[in-house]
Amino acid sequence: MAVDLVVRFLLGGTIVTLFALIGELVKPKTFAGLFGSAPSVAIVSLTLAFEKHGRAHVAEETRTMLLGALGLLAYCAICVVIARKEKAIWIGAVMAWALWACVAFGAFAAARAIGAPL
Amino acid sequence: MKPEVETSGVKEVAWWEHAIRFVFGGAISVGAGLVGHHWGPAVGGLFIAFPSILPASLTLVRRHDGKRKAIEDAQGARFGAIGQAAFASSALAMTCAGWPPALVLALATLAWCATSSALWAIVYGRK
Repeated sequence: MAVDLVVRFLLGGTIVTLFALIGELVKPKTFAGLFGSAPSVAIVSLTLAFEKHGRAHVAEETRTMLLGALGLLAYCAICVVIARKEKAIWIGAVMAWALWACVAFGAFAAARAIGAPL
Repeated sequence: MKPEVETSGVKEVAWWEHAIRFVFGGAISVGAGLVGHHWGPAVGGLFIAFPSILPASLTLVRRHDGKRKAIEDAQGARFGAIGQAAFASSALAMTCAGWPPALVLALATLAWCATSSALWAIVYGRK
């Protein structure tokens, strides 16, 4: 377990940094922003999931990843509003995680309630 | 408007700012793994679309380039989020079809890139 976590940390940090670096190498900023929502954690998690748990596990993760992406879209939309404020942007961006959670888990609960195969 | 490569932005970023992103990204990857371990792949899958890059990116862009650029960065991130849905749906389809894992992840990443870029081009490409 400890080795798994170390591998996750190193891989995750590397891939996040790589995508962020690509975002710094391109312009305009609206295009660079795409890389702020790159599937870095997904690439790491699914790579390890394929290795450890197999296809059925990966299929289940990617199904609910769709719902998490809905939360991410809401998060990005609120970040546009937050970026317009004068206050420290990182406070708003961190507080907006609560919005991500509400949308992602709300969609998850709704999908379960209607009997979606999750 | 067309995307271009510009290296000057990289030189402005200090090593410790890269380190913060690395630690942040690594910690969120670990967190997503722990959530999946405790609550199963259905809940774990939600967290692999957790906003991992954007908080640090927006802070750094605001610091180096100002408020206007941070707004633009966030506006672009919305297309990346929609692209993550393309990543997830294509990865799901290919996984269920039995394709090799490396191919699944490579093509799903391409799907993310193509979808995000196409959306960007539709909205900003003509400006």
